[in-house]
Amino acid sequence: MNTPAPGTDTVYIDPLRRERVRKKARSDALIGVASLVGFVAVVVLLVGRSSGWETVQKTFFNGDQFAESFPGLLEAFWLNVRIFLIAEPLILIIGLLVALARTVKSPIFLPIRVLATMYVDIFRGVPTILIIFLLGFGMPALQLTGVPSDAIFWGTAALVLSYGAYVAEVFRAGIGSVHPSQTMAARSLGLSSFQTNRFVVLPQAVRNVTPPLLNDFISLQKDTALVAVLGPIEVLRRAQIDTSANFNYTPYVGAALIFIALTIPMTRFADWIQVRSARKKRAGGVA
Amino acid sequence: MSLSAFIEIDSVWKSFDNHPVLRGLSLTVPAHSATVLIGASGSGKSTLLRCINALETVDAGSIVIDQELDVTAFKTDLDAVRRRIGIVFQSYNLFPHMKVLENITLGPTRVLHKSKKESEAAAMELLTRFGLQAKALDYPDRLSGGQAQRVAIVRALAMEPEIMLFDEITSALDPMLVGEVLDSVRELREGGLTMVMATHEMSFAKEIADQVCFLNEGIVWEAGSATEVFDSPARPETQEFLQRVN
Repeated sequence: MNTPAPGTDTVYIDPLRRERVRKKARSDALIGVASLVGFVAVVVLLVGRSSGWETVQKTFFNGDQFAESFPGLLEAFWLNVRIFLIAEPLILIIGLLVALARTVKSPIFLPIRVLATMYVDIFRGVPTILIIFLLGFGMPALQLTGVPSDAIFWGTAALVLSYGAYVAEVFRAGIGSVHPSQTMAARSLGLSSFQTNRFVVLPQAVRNVTPPLLNDFISLQKDTALVAVLGPIEVLRRAQIDTSANFNYTPYVGAALIFIALTIPMTRFADWIQVRSARKKRAGGVA
Repeated sequence: MSLSAFIEIDSVWKSFDNHPVLRGLSLTVPAHSATVLIGASGSGKSTLLRCINALETVDAGSIVIDQELDVTAFKTDLDAVRRRIGIVFQSYNLFPHMKVLENITLGPTRVLHKSKKESEAAAMELLTRFGLQAKALDYPDRLSGGQAQRVAIVRALAMEPEIMLFDEITSALDPMLVGEVLDSVRELREGGLTMVMATHEMSFAKEIADQVCFLNEGIVWEAGSATEVFDSPARPETQEFLQRVN
């Protein structure tokens, strides 16, 4: 191939250089695969030959136990899914309202601002499991008429309150991430402060915090298992019951697999959103 | 052309964190004229523009529009002021989450309460006038700097303002793109809109200005026609500034 004339509208890479790059890519791939295979082989050999492996396998990876408990685990997991599906929208609503309440400046709303700040300080400062204990055992103990005594209700409420505080902070950071010049541009068109928030600031804030919000969703999916401490038979409780019945820990592993099966797709989705928004930001420049 | 005072700026003071920027600045802007503000960075050009449409509140003094609307009075509805005055910023400030057309119709639909159909038709007409009709359904990140700035001009115009303020609108642009933006301003000038612009484009200022004001130490140091200020500046500070920028 001849060198094109200078100024020709074409991509030109020296053939020798191109060949070198291709060889390097091929050998990199080979080395990577070989190294991975070797590593797995060594781990399998070491673990399989170790004296305790058979006991570990029997206790944690018992096929019969797995087959026996798994359908029950899946059924119990449906409760985790329901808790998640009910809690998540409520968390988003509370988070957004609290974040907005913390940004209002009008002096008449000072009590609301103080309340919102206290809420975030308290519920972000207390361990989620402690809130679950407090509400789940405490509220029914009051024996008030009209107050539900259902463990699932209070467990979900505790998750909502705890995560609501976190999500409020995420939203608040999102509102802060929208450049003040956007507000200025909106106000210069005659939009009121409320309209500016509604049409210009909030849509951008929500977009900016989608990746961290998805991260909190993933965390919430796992934390639905905390409700187990109150007694409802969700997947962790089910696994615990099966485990103590047979003195075999395989059901725990089964429960873990179910969580992983749900969170891994969610994690990949969050990664994808993050990459996409980063790319968009780069392309956007000053807008 | 009527030369009645359209914007009457009287002894305006404005400071930021104890640092005085405007120090009793007075200026009269006649109707249907172009007033150009020149001066070093930090001389108060941007601050003055933002005070005119009440994006900043003044510390003292008054700014009266058309002899009846005092921008600086305590009881003035500032959203009403901003409806009558358009502003275009150095960094465009388009809304990145909205398409070009939505950027333009946001004000007319939400503030002037026009129908979506009516404001979209008006927006398309303006976009066509500025050669941007093909970009109507694009997001701002698909625009060049010059296109973005022209969309920002159209967005301000869609509110049918009586006054347009331009705050160094070509300063962030690639030199190749300055021309198309200035052409847009030229066209508005011919339409007879009252405009005040802060700029570093001296040759453009010379061409377009009915009145040139050199801002220095927070006041209008020297004002006059473009020929007067550019060709025979009276004060040494003006002469020195013009020498440095040319």
